[in-house]
Amino acid sequence: MIRFKVNGTVRETDAPPMARLLDVLRVPLGLTGTKEGCGEGECGACSVMLDGVPVNSCLVAVGQCEGREVVTVEGLAHGAELTPLQRAFIEDGGAQCGICTPGMLVAAEALLRRNTSPTDDDVRDAIAGNLCRCTGYQRIVDSIQAAAAAVRAKTSKASKASKAGGETGA
Amino acid sequence: MTSRVDRTVGKNVSRVDGHAKVTGQAVYVDDLTTPGALFGGTVRSAVARGTLRGIRKDPSFDWTGITVVTAADIPGDNVVALIEDDQPLLAKDAIRHVYEPVALVACDDPVRLQQAIAAITLDVEPLPPVLSIEDAEAKKQIIYGKDNVQKRYVIEHELGGKTIDELILACDVVVTGRYAVHHQEQMYIEPQGMVAHWQEAGEGAEAGVGDGVHVTGSLQCPFYVHKAMKRAFALEGDRVHIGQAVTGGGFGGKEEYPSILAAHAALLSKVAGKPVRMIYGRKEDIEATTKRHPARIEITTGCTKAGELVALKVECAMDGGAYVTLTPVVLSRGILHAAGAYKWKHARIHGWAVATNTPPNGAFRGFGAPQTIWAIERHMDRIAEKLGKDPLTLRQQNLLAIGAVTVTGQTLTQSVGVVECIEKAVKSSDYFAKRAAYAKPSPAAGSRTRTRRGIGAAVFMHGAGFTGSGERRLKGKVQVDLEPGGRLRVRSASTDIGQGTETIFRQIAADAAELPFDTIEIETPNTSNVPDSGPTVASRTVMVVGSIVGKGAKMIADRVRASGTGDFATLADALLAREKKVSTLVEYEPPVAVQWNDDTYRGDAYPCYAWACDIAEVEVDLDTFETKVIGFWAAQDIGKAIHPIMCAGQVEGGTLQAIGWALYENLVMKDGHILNARMTNYVIPTSKDAPPFTTFLVEHPFSGGPSGAKGVGELPMDGGAPAIAAAVEQAIGALCNDLPLLPEDLFRAKSKSQVARS
Ligand code: FES
Ligand code: FES
Repeated sequence: MIRFKVNGTVRETDAPPMARLLDVLRVPLGLTGTKEGCGEGECGACSVMLDGVPVNSCLVAVGQCEGREVVTVEGLAHGAELTPLQRAFIEDGGAQCGICTPGMLVAAEALLRRNTSPTDDDVRDAIAGNLCRCTGYQRIVDSIQAAAAAVRAKTSKASKASKAGGETGA
Repeated sequence: MTSRVDRTVGKNVSRVDGHAKVTGQAVYVDDLTTPGALFGGTVRSAVARGTLRGIRKDPSFDWTGITVVTAADIPGDNVVALIEDDQPLLAKDAIRHVYEPVALVACDDPVRLQQAIAAITLDVEPLPPVLSIEDAEAKKQIIYGKDNVQKRYVIEHELGGKTIDELILACDVVVTGRYAVHHQEQMYIEPQGMVAHWQEAGEGAEAGVGDGVHVTGSLQCPFYVHKAMKRAFALEGDRVHIGQAVTGGGFGGKEEYPSILAAHAALLSKVAGKPVRMIYGRKEDIEATTKRHPARIEITTGCTKAGELVALKVECAMDGGAYVTLTPVVLSRGILHAAGAYKWKHARIHGWAVATNTPPNGAFRGFGAPQTIWAIERHMDRIAEKLGKDPLTLRQQNLLAIGAVTVTGQTLTQSVGVVECIEKAVKSSDYFAKRAAYAKPSPAAGSRTRTRRGIGAAVFMHGAGFTGSGERRLKGKVQVDLEPGGRLRVRSASTDIGQGTETIFRQIAADAAELPFDTIEIETPNTSNVPDSGPTVASRTVMVVGSIVGKGAKMIADRVRASGTGDFATLADALLAREKKVSTLVEYEPPVAVQWNDDTYRGDAYPCYAWACDIAEVEVDLDTFETKVIGFWAAQDIGKAIHPIMCAGQVEGGTLQAIGWALYENLVMKDGHILNARMTNYVIPTSKDAPPFTTFLVEHPFSGGPSGAKGVGELPMDGGAPAIAAAVEQAIGALCNDLPLLPEDLFRAKSKSQVARS
């Protein structure tokens, strides 16, 4: 039995340790948001976060996940509230057919967690392992930048607010 | 007129399927839950041409629980009904390409399924295959008809009793060129798949589903599948139910092939008595499904010394592959775009498609036009070179315009925005200054930098909607129903495969009915719930189907408003209470002015054209011959952008496919086998390869489209490759007349040109 955390909940599987994480997520765990586009590490449609780092789940054996934490596209939103990235992909043309979108969102989320002021080149580097055949990538880059701006605006507001709060408290 | 609600056309409303797609909730075919379903697989020939003598099942293998079907199990006609009846669903005796399906296998365990497929051997007596256009033309082996020709078309324009050669030779300047383009794989990120469930009469009645065959999958054209299934299973139409799952890209690749996959899954389900899932892996998808037609195009032209184009001769050969599929239509669109966006006094365009023993080629965004536009655009650069003119200036001098006549004799009467497209792209890219700067010879020896830049342009157009009388024959339909609360439900067979149809149809319907955007529902296409609006192809969805969506929505809204005074929802409920069903079925009527003769190929080839100018700037490494696209400007006249962000997304996505076709993608075939049927070695552009795009949506409205909209889907695929080639040529100083332009191709071109020039 392999135990690992998926989207914040501890899950168990009796799949053989060499089973692909992708298959375990999709079939027994029913998390079909993670997609298979190639099965050989090229397309990134199967990207998930493993301990915060994006990986191709088609290349990860589920046995390697014992005791670790996996986040899939289903685990990105905070309840009903979409993340800035999810909102931007809807509004700014980041998703067309949507089959690359779960993987793109995972890769972009990992980027924004370490850098909320990426250059366009940083964005393109972060999603270089995620193929999209629909968009030409321009609107994906724009969506990620829009989300980064939203995150920055929120943090600066929050820090202003906390400063303001501090002053009042003083 | 002041509207009752805020208009949404022209605004970037939220994508209606966006939430499901960003949360992982959208259900694609492989995400469907199908309790008790078997996995289906295919046994394929492995020989390019031969005669099937027998199918052997390894007696030492345990066949319990495994279903195997062959051609003998097909209840109806063993054909994939489309244009010609030449393609069998499963080969019975003749093998015509390496990936020809011969038998199907189903099993409840995917691992055993693969073992079972391996335990089936085919006895095939090989025959010498025909593997290229030239092989087919040599006619040593006849594999189709009497001369291997699947289809031929000729367009003749103002020859006045002379031959085109005479007319060309009478000109000051004659230029001849030969151009070639290669296969292209659609490479939608979601491979093809179908889930089929065969239900005998009575079964499933309590679930509210009719008996017959139910197929749900990744597809563009549910009624193509419906037609093919009726034929294959000898069923009445009301027993065939074809539905669309959320579809992960199509680009033409899911136009005709899904008919085969649906019939395969359904056949296994019928024989096994259980639902069957057939989801292709990437390798099988690349091997078995259709590709863009390779072509060889020879052009000879005559013009004046001042650069006025006079006479055009085009000889275009396309490789149709093993079966006809949609080849005649692809060829037709190809030759109808072969004259480019220019005026010619005289023209003869001759196109033919030949059969080869390679996987059938079929629909791919652009549908023949990218091939011929590649050739004419490269040829315009050859003419410019000969005249010593700037290539874009030569184009500007000869552009079609309102009042001008095309090579089919069509007088353009409206919606020609090409001049504005060129102005916008030129200005934003600084084309002329860069072109002059990059033309300067490289810095003196010794100070040579490793890279050189170039900039190039392409000007082009794309006919929107079906060719000629296509729409008149097709009679696409849309149904709009009134629902409680004053909501409207739009039923059409137009599929959203990523381009945003669901959102855009809502915008069109909402504005036409003057109702809020969120009171419109779009039915997910299923042949049992929607009328046949025609296929989702040919850049026709918004312009053609969209126009009747608006019409139907307005008709229903008008009826509600005419039924009394008061608020819309109340009136609607009262009307529904009285009439039970309030619904309208609207049929598309092409503008009467559109006249076309299928026999002479003369007349209005398309109701209107979308126009564009693409400019590419590249940097080529002169040691490795790698090309980096550093800038791309696309200005495209699409009539009206119903949803500007989605339109720009179409332009950029289509353009990147064209850039991929030119610089990265190369399907390698040997003896009819595809040697690189993987994403690892069939390389499509990544985010790092893609240039930053500067996109201009130019709007010269077309009176027959909703709010003036023309097609946008295919246009962007047409100009990217020739624009890139023009830029690469300037950078490396060697001719690029053949695709692809991989580093090794550029190295060869450069070595050749050095030999030629020394
Ligand atoms: S499915 Fe894992 S990278 Fe393509
Ligand atoms: S949106 Fe279709 S592959 Fe990216």
